[in-house]
Amino acid sequence: MEIILALMIAVLTSAGIFLILQTRTYPVVLGLTLLSYGVNLFLFAMGRLHIDKAAILGDNENAYTDPLPQALVLTAIVIGFAMTAFVIALSLKAYSKLGNDHIDGMHTKKRRER
Amino acid sequence: MAYFPFEKQTLIQSWRWIPSIGLDFAFRLDGLGLLFAYLILIIGLLVIVYARYYISSRDSMGRFYSYLLLFMGSMLGIVLSENLLQLTVFWELTSLSSFLLISYWQHTPQGRDGAKIALTVTGAGGLALLAGILLLGHIVGSYNLSDILVSGDAVRSHSLYTPVILLILLGVFTKSAQFPFHFWLPHAMAAPTPVSAYLHSATMVKAGIFLLSRLYPALSGTEEWIILVSSAGMITLLLGSFTALFKHDLKGLLAYSTISHLGLITLLFGFSTPLATVAAIFHIINHATFKASLFMVAGIIDHETGTRDMRRLGGLWTYMPHTATLAMIAASAMAGVPLLNGFLSKEMFFERTLIDETLLNFLSPIFATLAGAFAVAYSIRFIHSVFFNGKMKTLPKVPHEPPVFMKIPVDLLVVACFAVGTLPMITVAPLLAVAVTGSLQTSPPEYSLALWHGFTLPLMMSFMAFFGGIFIYYKRQKLFEWYEKNLSHIDARIPYNKTLHALYRIADFFASMLHKESLQTMLVWFLSVSFLAGIVGFAYGNSPMLGERNFLNVDLMTIIMTFILIIGAIATAAMHANRLVSLIIIGIVGLIVSLLFIKFSAPDLALTQLSVEVVTMILILLALYYLPQHTPKELPKTKMIKNILLALFGGAGVFILTLAVLSRDYDTISSYFLENALTGGGGTNVVNVILVDFRGFDTLGEITVLAIAGLGIFAMLQGLKLYAPSKDTHGSLWSTDIYPLILQTLARVLLPLMLMVGIYIFLRGHNLPGGGFIAGLIVSVALVVQYLANGIAWTRKRIPFSTHNLLAYGLLIATVTGLVSMVIGYPFLTSAFTHLDWPMVGEFEIASAIAFDLGVFLVVVGTTVMILVQLGKLSLNSHRSPKKNSKEDQNTWK
Repeated sequence: MEIILALMIAVLTSAGIFLILQTRTYPVVLGLTLLSYGVNLFLFAMGRLHIDKAAILGDNENAYTDPLPQALVLTAIVIGFAMTAFVIALSLKAYSKLGNDHIDGMHTKKRRER
Repeated sequence: MAYFPFEKQTLIQSWRWIPSIGLDFAFRLDGLGLLFAYLILIIGLLVIVYARYYISSRDSMGRFYSYLLLFMGSMLGIVLSENLLQLTVFWELTSLSSFLLISYWQHTPQGRDGAKIALTVTGAGGLALLAGILLLGHIVGSYNLSDILVSGDAVRSHSLYTPVILLILLGVFTKSAQFPFHFWLPHAMAAPTPVSAYLHSATMVKAGIFLLSRLYPALSGTEEWIILVSSAGMITLLLGSFTALFKHDLKGLLAYSTISHLGLITLLFGFSTPLATVAAIFHIINHATFKASLFMVAGIIDHETGTRDMRRLGGLWTYMPHTATLAMIAASAMAGVPLLNGFLSKEMFFERTLIDETLLNFLSPIFATLAGAFAVAYSIRFIHSVFFNGKMKTLPKVPHEPPVFMKIPVDLLVVACFAVGTLPMITVAPLLAVAVTGSLQTSPPEYSLALWHGFTLPLMMSFMAFFGGIFIYYKRQKLFEWYEKNLSHIDARIPYNKTLHALYRIADFFASMLHKESLQTMLVWFLSVSFLAGIVGFAYGNSPMLGERNFLNVDLMTIIMTFILIIGAIATAAMHANRLVSLIIIGIVGLIVSLLFIKFSAPDLALTQLSVEVVTMILILLALYYLPQHTPKELPKTKMIKNILLALFGGAGVFILTLAVLSRDYDTISSYFLENALTGGGGTNVVNVILVDFRGFDTLGEITVLAIAGLGIFAMLQGLKLYAPSKDTHGSLWSTDIYPLILQTLARVLLPLMLMVGIYIFLRGHNLPGGGFIAGLIVSVALVVQYLANGIAWTRKRIPFSTHNLLAYGLLIATVTGLVSMVIGYPFLTSAFTHLDWPMVGEFEIASAIAFDLGVFLVVVGTTVMILVQLGKLSLNSHRSPKKNSKEDQNTWK
């Protein structure tokens, strides 16, 4: 189970890295989203994997998963949303002000002309 | 004595601040601190009164006084600090407030330049001082003066002694304008004159000297100390008194005179004998009084005549006799004329130079007399060229006596000069004695403050200086010509500027190497370096790659999920050119991630991920409407391959890292949370208890960040106009039926149900999966659905609160919950709980943490709805296209 989780995290990371290296804002936003899935899963996995051991006291006898990474990841997910929203708003603003959605604010061609 | 708040003991008041780095919030009051505190407070008060009439009504009085009081507080902090780290903080604060004060007249280039130079020099010195103090603290094992002052021998014999005094002296010399750092002080004269009188004669420049006397028992007495301190002092003394004569600007003259007097005091500390310390501290008092009054006089002259240039002034005696009298007395004190305070300390100084055996031996008294002669010369010049020297020339203003409250501070200071000069035993002796005790940390040596010691060698030196000064002034024309021809072009600013520009060039070089103005380039560097760092880390470890921990068994369902997730992630990357499709696919990936959380015992995370997924999708969809629908292919093939390789390497690295961790056992600190969640936090859902109770402070920080992000987005999108396309990617028009009837009806019917689910999830959160974050997201979705289905205008009318208020109240409630526990005597955010019997529902646990969770809930709802509505509202601006009455116009959110 651990191997396939590691595989999933790896694929999410790879796809995320690939996308944030693109030249337009939109793929970068998608890439950040994928990366944050990967990172959240990675952080969550630091508590190791447990099945049917949710940290709700009373369900099991003294066999619970590690709740601390979960608490950290929970806020990370919410903050991640705020960050995605911020980046999206930034890309809209940049698109409106610069007239294109290139990640560096201008087309590569125009850049050379300058 | 009435003015000593203590019986010659050292009062120390300290609070623990950051014990782990040895930083206490600690103050000490001993004689030395007391003397400086008196100087700061008394001269400060006089300057405050004086400045009230000096600062013109066109300038901002409030800004001036707030800077001045900021400075005063910081300066008091320096002289009363017990902890040296704390002292450095105050030290930097004086540099900063001095910067603000020098540049008070921001419109003048001199003010800005002078402030920059002062800040650069003193700030750099402050850093050196910090380094020196860190080393000193390392040697002694404590940053508290009580420990350091008694460990003098240990410090002096330590191998790090030389770097320690080099660094500390760098701080001292920059602050107290010692050669070769003296050049900032004349430039700082661009400050308003009350500032010069206060900071640049009486207080701030004395901070360095204060530190010399403060650390005297710990550092002084060695050969390094004597050579470094006394040679810097001697050079500064000579250079300052010599240059002062040739400055035509009144304040320039006073600035160089200040430099020379600071050099004199430094030189005395350099002698490193108790008697020299007595002379030094005595001269600190005297210099502060006569120099502050002379600066004030210079300010009065500038104020009344409109110029400070001594070549244009003259003959003011008839117009302002009162001011002239004051100036003459103060200048005589500066020159060292008997019956005034300057004479006494100068005599003591001459006496010390005579028995100097360490440094220059017989040259010392000669140099001292020479400097004294120049001091006499520039003092005469100050008086003669301003008040006499023929008739008054044409001046910008016709001078008259200043307002009475500009004179009173000068009056008082001049009276002090006179009183100390004539009756030293009554006026200054007790204060001097305790101050010397405070500096030396032992009883003061035998010394005499008497006016008359007989015809001694020091008296002869005084006479020689006096007549030498008159002679020099008499020959001034030739000297001025000579100076103009040979020396006037020497300016320490030139090497300073060269150094500064060289530093700028180096900084630019590094910045341009690293900063390529391209996100991709920087990301590639960042990723490559972290990948390499990972490889290096793995290569140097000598344990096996994987640990011994047993893996869980795989089941079919998980394999299917994995399959979908991997396909989804790859497809998102591969198909990102078609933006809408890739968004749908990424939604699937997000759903699988939340299923994974369920599988691996994290129901809270699953709920959060699911609801975040919904709002994120709505958010990106809304934004996508305005963005181009396709991504053009513009990366060259080689770059694409490079990116793919980098992505694959990154993924492989993460894979190995994850497995390496997951195959090892570990010790968790969570057993504490599991054991105490119910007994201490009153909840069975440990994740929620951690969020709102154990780690409540973290959560408070996180919702604050959330709120700031929301407000940032709000501000960024406010008033933004975007072009809204009228057609979709296939060229067909968008549907005009913007609020489908079924969606509208269902959404309205479902609202109460969704809100109820939200409340239910919120209330049970402490014990079962749920809580403020999740409930907040669910309620946000419920509200956003209304906006989507019915339009903004319709919905807003029916929602009675603004999202901004939700944010604010949420943060308020969360913070107040924490503060309440402080009020009743527990640490911030301590929670309490009790059991409630709620009819129909059953027993119900209510913890104070639920109030905190309510704050979290409100912030999440406020932020999420605010962001989405602000994005939705964009269409209101964007659709006001040229064709106002077209059908597209209805395609809005209203």
